[in-house]
Amino acid sequence: MAKTIVDGVLKAVKKVRGGVKVDHHKNTAEKAVERLPIPSKVVIPMQQHIGAPCEPVVKVGDTVAVGQLIGDTDKYVSAPIHASVSGTVTAIGDIKLPNGAMSKAITIESDGEMRLWEGIKPPVVNTREDLIKAVRDSGLVGLGGAGFPTHVKLNFPADKNIDTLVINAAECEPFITVDYRECIENSKNILAGVYLLKNMLGFKQVIICIEDNKPDAFKILKDIADHEQDVHDEVKLMVLESKYPQGAEKMMVQSATGRKVPPGKLPADVGCVVMNVASVAFIARYVRTGKPLISRSITVDGSAIAEPKNIRVPVGTNIGEIIDFCGGFSKEPCKILTGGPMMGLAIVGTDLPILKQNNAILAFAKGDAVLKEETDCIRCGKCVIACPMSLMPTNIVKAAKTKDVDMLKKVGVTVCMECGSCAFACPAGKPLVQHMRLAKSILREEGNK
Amino acid sequence: MVNGKKLVVSASPHLRSKHTTPKIMLDVIIALIPALIASIILFGPRVIAVTATTVITAVLAEYISRKVMKRHNTIGDLSAVVTGLILAFNLPVSIPLWIAAIGSVVAIVVVKQFFGGIGQNFANPAITARIVLLLSFATQMGNWTAPLSWRTDAVTTATPLALIGSENAQLPSLLDMFIGNRAGCLGETCTLALLIGGIYLIARKVISFKIPVAYIGTFAVVMLIAGKGDLEYVAYQLMGGGLMLGAFFMATDYATSPLNTDGKYIFGIGCGLLTAVIRLFGSLPEGVSFAILIMNLLVPHIERITTPKPFGTPKKEKKAKEAAAK
Repeated sequence: MAKTIVDGVLKAVKKVRGGVKVDHHKNTAEKAVERLPIPSKVVIPMQQHIGAPCEPVVKVGDTVAVGQLIGDTDKYVSAPIHASVSGTVTAIGDIKLPNGAMSKAITIESDGEMRLWEGIKPPVVNTREDLIKAVRDSGLVGLGGAGFPTHVKLNFPADKNIDTLVINAAECEPFITVDYRECIENSKNILAGVYLLKNMLGFKQVIICIEDNKPDAFKILKDIADHEQDVHDEVKLMVLESKYPQGAEKMMVQSATGRKVPPGKLPADVGCVVMNVASVAFIARYVRTGKPLISRSITVDGSAIAEPKNIRVPVGTNIGEIIDFCGGFSKEPCKILTGGPMMGLAIVGTDLPILKQNNAILAFAKGDAVLKEETDCIRCGKCVIACPMSLMPTNIVKAAKTKDVDMLKKVGVTVCMECGSCAFACPAGKPLVQHMRLAKSILREEGNK
Repeated sequence: MVNGKKLVVSASPHLRSKHTTPKIMLDVIIALIPALIASIILFGPRVIAVTATTVITAVLAEYISRKVMKRHNTIGDLSAVVTGLILAFNLPVSIPLWIAAIGSVVAIVVVKQFFGGIGQNFANPAITARIVLLLSFATQMGNWTAPLSWRTDAVTTATPLALIGSENAQLPSLLDMFIGNRAGCLGETCTLALLIGGIYLIARKVISFKIPVAYIGTFAVVMLIAGKGDLEYVAYQLMGGGLMLGAFFMATDYATSPLNTDGKYIFGIGCGLLTAVIRLFGSLPEGVSFAILIMNLLVPHIERITTPKPFGTPKKEKKAKEAAAK
């Protein structure tokens, strides 16, 4: 495996195909993370991760403290949920999540004290099993956006031959700067997290990936990679061309190791684990303090937000309240997103809670983030060039429109990760991601028959 | 709902590139302008009349045929303007205007709209129209005017490709060939202007270099072999006829060329081979139109065999090896 090393920094082993150049809009890059004043009320859904929902373990009327367990399940693929403020449980009911799914949610009326739960103590981590248990107890899910329970990801079987930990600090979505701020403000935790994970889980190499548009974070991560703890020089920094979706899991594994994750497989199948840089920092903080995942940093930005900011908010805080803290709307909002503009979800209103995996709230005024008028496909092939997964969106659309199941199986739509590069590039304004989802649901229905 | 107003909810991505169909077509029009100016200098003001006729007829034909077929109006995407321009470039300057107009109607109505309009036609409209005219009006389509003779008396002459085989022929110099000072269709003669346009399109990422390079490269190699290493012969073949116009502006037509990388190379190589074969062995002096048309028809097959495998699909040999190991 040929690697070019310039000044101790790796260049991508293999350049990722496709992708698109998007304007970065990293307007909040120099805004330090502020703390939101204690909210008067939080609504904490029991489904904040991929996998089984939690069941409430508290009752209406109970008094809870910060960090106290309020939702848990014995299902494996899940992550426990903790109280993010101290106060009284006033309601347990169903709410609609940003993605339209229904979930049970616990409402806690804050007493304004942020009293820490007495049960909080740093976990004892001496072995691999200790670490995985600690990660589960912390309630950690991937903080990059997808929300996959981290303890499941780390608990790979020993025979999988996992040798590489890839740390994702690429933050390729426009607008979002919380991972960048994490690098600048929490480098100690990142450092501790990197070496903790490496030593406990036995990775042979750790590759930290960052895009080339973040020089300040680069310096900090470079120091981590060159740290004296790294006696055998197994922790390395890799600089990637800034291009969307450089931070997608399969793309990153390819850049870092040259390995390609086969369709329907996970990075673990090619010996890699990919983790978001904020998740790594969180693990170190948890092991030091025992304080579970009850708050997170988000970027609040977009043309309709009066004062774009990075803020640390308790999980379950009302999105409207967060926007008010950022000066409210400067213009009439036309579209509000949770997450980035390429893969984020458009929400129907601001009366929704922040979830563990949300990394941004973006509000756009009319004229920004509107869709192009849809015209006829001219077969320009820009979608084919843009697809990082080597798919031909034109063929998938054709097969989806005619509900041609055999064809859909052949064109490999299940590999699509819905990054949106094709739809971004399309001059005819085709809603290609919608077509991909339609194609996938046709296949799912067929599978259920 | 925010302040009683509904929010827009749509599938991601919420950002879109600035590319639109009219902008792409405008780039093609811009790329054709150097050749148009060169043509006006070489063949006189009648170039403007012919070009105006084909463009206006093409746009009108698009408008009326869409109206009759009760489909939405698409003249705003500028693709009919491009077709009109390219068709004009494929006609001799002396062409009667009514014949030029028929060409536009054939291109737009028969070749493009009958098959569903932009992006749906399987053959290049301008090329097919040119071939229809060539077969229907052979005399008018073969009436070549000497360049720069419009200032005095228009003189008819033969094209270099028709002369190149014959003994004692008075061929234009290579420099004249390069700047377009030779007989031929009105937009095909100035290699320099066409190269400028082609490079502009590649630089603007409107077209990829793959088809033109594969086309011209293959053609040059075959001609080099056929000419027994005579570089001058190859140069005349490259700059004669409509090769440059075809390679940059007609073979790269989106609707009628393959979408994927490998397909583009195969398509370009096929065009190059066929053009060379027709020029060397056919009864026609020129083969670009027929070569591209034939390759147009093969596009679905080329795409079928060159569709890339989805990311990470294991290679066949590897699979076979693994199976053998088991």
